[in-house]
Amino acid sequence: MKRYLVIGNGTAAVGTVEGIRSIDVTGEITVVSEEKHAVYSRPLISYYLEGKTDLERMKYRPDDFCEKNGCRTLYGRRAVALDSSAKTVALDDGSVLPYDELCVATGSRPFVPPFEGLEKVKNKFGFMTLDDALALETALTQNARVLIVGAGLIGLKCAEGIARRVGSITVCDLADRVLSSILDAECAAVVQKHLEGNGLSFLLGDTVARFDENEATMKSGKKVPFDLLVLAVGVRANTDLVKGAGGNVNRGIVVDEKMRTTVPGVYAAGDCAEGFDASIGQNRVIAILPNAYLQGRTAGINMAGGDAAQTDAIPMNAIGFFGLHLMTAGAYDGEMNEEKTDGGVKRFFVKDGFLRGFILIGETERAGIYTSLIREKIPLGSVDFDLTKKVASNLIFSRETRRKKFGSVV
Amino acid sequence: MKRVYVNEEWCLGCHLCEYNCAFANSGLKDMAFALKDKKIFPRIHVEGDDKITFAVSCRHCSDPLCVKSCIAGAISKKDGVVKIDRTKCVGCLTCVLVCPYGALAPGENGTMQKCELCLENACGAPACVTGCPNRAIVYEERGDEE
Repeated sequence: MKRYLVIGNGTAAVGTVEGIRSIDVTGEITVVSEEKHAVYSRPLISYYLEGKTDLERMKYRPDDFCEKNGCRTLYGRRAVALDSSAKTVALDDGSVLPYDELCVATGSRPFVPPFEGLEKVKNKFGFMTLDDALALETALTQNARVLIVGAGLIGLKCAEGIARRVGSITVCDLADRVLSSILDAECAAVVQKHLEGNGLSFLLGDTVARFDENEATMKSGKKVPFDLLVLAVGVRANTDLVKGAGGNVNRGIVVDEKMRTTVPGVYAAGDCAEGFDASIGQNRVIAILPNAYLQGRTAGINMAGGDAAQTDAIPMNAIGFFGLHLMTAGAYDGEMNEEKTDGGVKRFFVKDGFLRGFILIGETERAGIYTSLIREKIPLGSVDFDLTKKVASNLIFSRETRRKKFGSVV
Repeated sequence: MKRVYVNEEWCLGCHLCEYNCAFANSGLKDMAFALKDKKIFPRIHVEGDDKITFAVSCRHCSDPLCVKSCIAGAISKKDGVVKIDRTKCVGCLTCVLVCPYGALAPGENGTMQKCELCLENACGAPACVTGCPNRAIVYEERGDEE
């Protein structure tokens, strides 16, 4: 009977467990969870603060998940060292766990730049884990002035989550636009305007030069008084375990299409892993939830002796702020085609006859058809792309393709 | 298992499937009361132009990307049927971004809804199929999943 060990208890870990169990129903699975919570949906912490979900509904899997999958979860424990020749992992309480197949699903941690005076700030918070959200919640007051450092996905979702529960919110970012990792300048301007219309203030292209207890002095010289500080600058992959065992690590733990690291018998999945990104044709950390699950599942299947590969991963995001939905996918590479409609803006990036990426603001109906054009590498010459730019529709495909999609088991 | 399949050659583009779907999932007894003068949110929709029309609903596919991608763990597949727990859904639309068939759409309250084959409402079998006047959608066995 195989002994499986999973380090981490997030989405990638669930994918790993479910992947293992799709092949091997008897092997012994142990999960090491640093957080003391049963697996929950991390991206929902902003919705929790907004009141759109609660601790019960945030559970990523039902309460009987561990029991049904026959896995033992060790809560409040951290893995500190991997010995790949002895095939053991040492935990922070001194215990040593043996394994036959190991998956490292350790996620990422917030990156905090060395801001001058940061230690003087008493009310400072991260925004990554449920405990972060619960800590921030206890500090929220109707008059609180909040400064959020970082106008990326995490910082802005945090802003939306707390907007109705605080006095004011200022968001600053070194980048000159919001959501700089997923939006181009024009689209970012549209979103920023919408966010400002919902009460957020921005200081962009500016960074904190110095903190005092309740004030930030910006590089520009501006002074921003605040009661609560949220740090959402960015994240770093947790790679130490594999790095310590001599595994290949760049910005994440390098994995192949089967999620194998360069250390024999050791797999990695999720935000800690740097797998193949089909949109750029090279390895990259794709820190999004669907990718964490899919990588985990791929790892699990292979750990259990099955055969799975993840070859079509691309970055993609569906995210909404105050009722405005955005979707992005792929690489913004090639010729840009824009469609403006009453409901919003669509931008498509086309290169060598293929859709490479898109940005949709406000118009998101049936967007998965666009995503499939990228992921499945469907030549645009074979579909009616002029039609589909306006409305995502299955009408763009040939009758024969539609017969397969809607007339047979898929 | 039985699924809903489309014979697009026979589709009249009448949109009756959309109305029957919305009615079946309204939980109400009177169709006029349930739908009249209301914006409907059916779980099947008719696409097409002036020449070709066809109905699109969930394929309950063997590799459901929506299940694997849902950030809330709200979508699951049981006994071949892909289901959504709307109390867990936060309306982020990630499932819309990944479904290659364009089969999911938000309901009236912004949470997602999808075809669950009418297995858990009063119909017990897809109302869109029962009400289709030209057998352009059928509910039948066409082979097993891979």
